[in-house]
Amino acid sequence: MTISLEGVGYRYAGATRPSLLEIDLDLADGVVIGLAGPSEAGKTTLCLVASGLAPRTVGGQIRGRITLDGEDIDAWPMHRLSQRIGIGFQNPSTQLSQVAATVFEEVAFGPMNLGVARDEVVARTWAALDSLGIDGLAERDPQRLSGGPQQLVAIAGLLAMRPEHLVLDEPTAQLDPAGTRLVAEAIARLAADGASILVAEQKTDLLAEVASTVIVLAEGRIALRGPASQVLADPRLVELGVAEPAAIRLRRAAVAAGVDDDRLKGALRG
Amino acid sequence: MAGRDRLTDPPPGADRGVPDFVGRPGPSAYHRLNPLTKATLATVTAIAAVVLGGLIGPIVLVTAAVIVPAVVGRVLGRLIRTALLLALPIAVSAFLVNLFFFPGAETVLLRVGPITATAEGLGFALEILVRILAISGAVTLFYLTTRPADLVVDLERRGVSPRVGFVANASVQTVPAMVERAAQITAAQRARGMDTEGSIWRRIRGVVPIVGPVILGSIAEVEERTMALEARGFTRPGRRTLLWSPPDSGLESLARWALLAALLALIVGRVTGIWA
Repeated sequence: MTISLEGVGYRYAGATRPSLLEIDLDLADGVVIGLAGPSEAGKTTLCLVASGLAPRTVGGQIRGRITLDGEDIDAWPMHRLSQRIGIGFQNPSTQLSQVAATVFEEVAFGPMNLGVARDEVVARTWAALDSLGIDGLAERDPQRLSGGPQQLVAIAGLLAMRPEHLVLDEPTAQLDPAGTRLVAEAIARLAADGASILVAEQKTDLLAEVASTVIVLAEGRIALRGPASQVLADPRLVELGVAEPAAIRLRRAAVAAGVDDDRLKGALRG
Repeated sequence: MAGRDRLTDPPPGADRGVPDFVGRPGPSAYHRLNPLTKATLATVTAIAAVVLGGLIGPIVLVTAAVIVPAVVGRVLGRLIRTALLLALPIAVSAFLVNLFFFPGAETVLLRVGPITATAEGLGFALEILVRILAISGAVTLFYLTTRPADLVVDLERRGVSPRVGFVANASVQTVPAMVERAAQITAAQRARGMDTEGSIWRRIRGVVPIVGPVILGSIAEVEERTMALEARGFTRPGRRTLLWSPPDSGLESLARWALLAALLALIVGRVTGIWA
């Protein structure tokens, strides 16, 4: 199952210039594509377009073609798309339903909306909570959690919907290292189970860990694309305003200090 | 997709079922009433207090329909504090306007410079005050004893669109969210040297740079919330799955209809003049 974007461009309503231009992208089963780029590069916009929220909910004008398993999704309503593509945002508090008294009910909100059978809702909810290690929060009021746990609850809410494709817009922006690790593990596990994931992130360390392919956006266009190990080590990354992963920075610093690159690679592998 | 089966297979622990805390009964007999019963009582009390008029009627009504349930629900202290806070601004202004500017009043009680407090104005001001407190008390009692999520679920069970419950619930929750946002923006502006203390004029000037970000931020949040709800299938047509619903009984249903019938009788009585 694949989401394909062919020559996609997008302009927000009232904007004088497009935010995305000529985007070609294939997101297939079990693949994690990392999306990097400086602020205003179009990462969030691409997430909205790939999930179908733009232009359905956001408005604006779209060009090009988006297909899901070869079928044009142009006429699909959002509630139909939401059963196939899940999207998570940066700000956890706005992702909460506001009608759930407990974290358990919050996570169950999505499958309940989809009319999934009650026992299945319960099973999915526990599974999603367990997979992120937050089953201990199940009884808490989601509105009273701090940013990190709230983001994990929001992601658990997405997982409970069991989408085949997942779009995550900076899911770890408000998480501490432990929370970031849980999200990275969840992404890896979902990909291993066959889900396809598009994850926009400023934290290139996370992308280095979970993404097989990395795309770097600049001014709405794809500036770099390729296997994660190559793109994240590309010297143009920094010029484009994206921080290199810590391992790459360390390696560069060591080589600059005269350490033999082959020995360093061996040491890092060892 | 190869992994779907593994994803849909219940993982270890998934047979735990709906946890006890989902829809846990409230701490008192009043809390445990069906949310619609409490909503009906609050609505009937608020409207009846206005229709009844006078002083004695609304006071008896408030005692029976607000104070007694608040004692049963063990929320009397919080009810008084919240209801007074809620009603204070409008109650004080309504009281003063009627006390000093009641049209056609002749019995002077007190002169303060150019304005005069009258006995007729005092009587009417007290009536208005009792009505405002009755409305504020009835609404506060409902929110102190009912989780908004319970009302949404109960309405949904009765076939009301979840959107109606969501809008009602979100409207209530918007107020504390805006207050919190205003506090954060005030702290940020003060950290950057804005003076929000001192004379009234200074305070008013200090409000201006706070109002804009609060309103614009709230509007931006609405868009994000809408997107998140759409992405979670909220707009899907058809019935949602409910994990639980608040219990209801024939007796409560009868009580709701009796309350509505009594309110209707009261209104008819007042309109036709049977109830003077």
